[in-house]
Amino acid sequence: MTERDEQILEEHETDVITAFEEDPPVGGIVDGEERIPGAFWTRVGRYLPAVLAFFLVIVLWEALTRALGVESFILPKPSEILTKFVQNADVIWSAAFNTLIEALGGFVIGTTLGVLAALATVRWTAVHEGMMPFAIAANSVPIIALAPIANALFSITSPVSKMVVVAAVVFFPVMINTTRGLLEVDPAELELMRSFASTPRAVMRQIRIPHALPYFFSALKVAGALSLIAAIVAEYFGGPQDVLGQYIINRANLFQFPDAWAAILAASILGITFYVLILIAERLVMPWHVSFRSTED
Amino acid sequence: MTSPESVTPPPQAGLAIVARGVGKTFGTGAERVEALRGIDLSITPGEFISLIGPSGCGKSTLLRLIGDLTQPTSGTLEVNDKNPHQARLDRDYGMVFQKATLLDWRTVAKNVELPLEVMGFNSSDRATRAAEMLDLVELGRFRDHYPWQLSGGMQQRVAIARALAFRPSLLLMDEPFGALDEMTRELMQQEVLRIWTETDLTIVFVTHSIPEAVFLSNRVLVMSRRPGQIADVIETGLPQPRDEDTRESPDYYAKITEVREALRRLDRDVLET
Repeated sequence: MTERDEQILEEHETDVITAFEEDPPVGGIVDGEERIPGAFWTRVGRYLPAVLAFFLVIVLWEALTRALGVESFILPKPSEILTKFVQNADVIWSAAFNTLIEALGGFVIGTTLGVLAALATVRWTAVHEGMMPFAIAANSVPIIALAPIANALFSITSPVSKMVVVAAVVFFPVMINTTRGLLEVDPAELELMRSFASTPRAVMRQIRIPHALPYFFSALKVAGALSLIAAIVAEYFGGPQDVLGQYIINRANLFQFPDAWAAILAASILGITFYVLILIAERLVMPWHVSFRSTED
Repeated sequence: MTSPESVTPPPQAGLAIVARGVGKTFGTGAERVEALRGIDLSITPGEFISLIGPSGCGKSTLLRLIGDLTQPTSGTLEVNDKNPHQARLDRDYGMVFQKATLLDWRTVAKNVELPLEVMGFNSSDRATRAAEMLDLVELGRFRDHYPWQLSGGMQQRVAIARALAFRPSLLLMDEPFGALDEMTRELMQQEVLRIWTETDLTIVFVTHSIPEAVFLSNRVLVMSRRPGQIADVIETGLPQPRDEDTRESPDYYAKITEVREALRRLDRDVLET
């Protein structure tokens, strides 16, 4: 908000010039089209330090584990992990796919229920007052501890038992954040809608839901990571073997640590992909948001 | 100058706004604040009325009462021969606040279309009406821009276009130019006067700027300190159309002085009692 206030203050200075002139105000208008020639190198410049740091860490890791002769059960060399990752690619990706299905299924169920609960919460004050303290308390409970019970309740061999755990973990952050976003609305906007004699439905659609989107996407980013964590931890408690959690446990029990790490690498790739997809969706759904505006002058 | 009593309207139909003994009290007990007391006024269709007075005199509250954003604790209000609630449901009001309150996720044109969308106009009608309104405020070329790409003055003009999109008969403006610099403000006043003459709007305009009130209005209602009452009604009587020359005319200065003295009299009354 303060960033925007400053922007408004700045623009007031150019007001007199811009308000009635023929040309668009140069300072106020952000013209995306014109910045494209330099955009590629600007991006490279922005991400280059992170990419360099990543490779530096890998090289240091490799060099130190070699130089100090670190045993692979403590920390395998990156080259070993990568070798196993390539050698066992078929098995690892098959396991990763099954884990992804559990995580995605739970993510979708948990997010849908979380959003519906948030909408109900805002629509009916009674639901809000009854549910919010419970939801906030439940959010602090380590729901993952329910995994063995979910295995017993919903057949240990079915991916549904894992999805239920994932959904329960995802539900609360999505519901709490979305509710907050739906309620955090400028009173002036509500008065404006009132002056048009808007229905509650129109206020929800035009004002509350757009306000909730940034909160919703922050929740999704957390929920995306949580869903993979929850799926893998739930797999540790038993079930079909062809999943990442079982793969990691089995290889670790056999002291094949580089193999276990290769599976962790697969899980990381899934997690990062998930996160990037959510980022892209966020940009597509709310291109207008403050955080996506150009900060260059 | 007329005495407050003479403002009391005779019961008659066809007036835009009528208030009879309107009072508004907020809170109870120790926190009780009487914001307005015994407001009588009548505004004829097509008038431009300004409400002026010291901070906290309840001028905004009076505007909000007219617009049914809050309800009076005593007295009655009529807008277009209806109660304000019915008038709001009939979409008789356009409102412009100090903040433009444009929605960040909508383009300029889509912001102007917002009330039309809420009211169920189809998309081609909405687009036509929005284009028409943006032409009225001379922002046609900015239809596809986002609000944050516009200057403060331009944002406020979009807010005016939005308020007029559904062709209300009344425009209620609550210090709409309070956040603008002096020069932009004068340009905006010129704009509002132009729009007012091009349409048959009745405008109620809350301000704390004496020159602004005099330049814009047919009548300036001077309000006293809390509890707010109408202390004076000053007919400006300046010829139309008003422009930059009006601002330099002796009549204009004389009216500004008259309003200023009315406001000073309030302070003297306070000191003497």
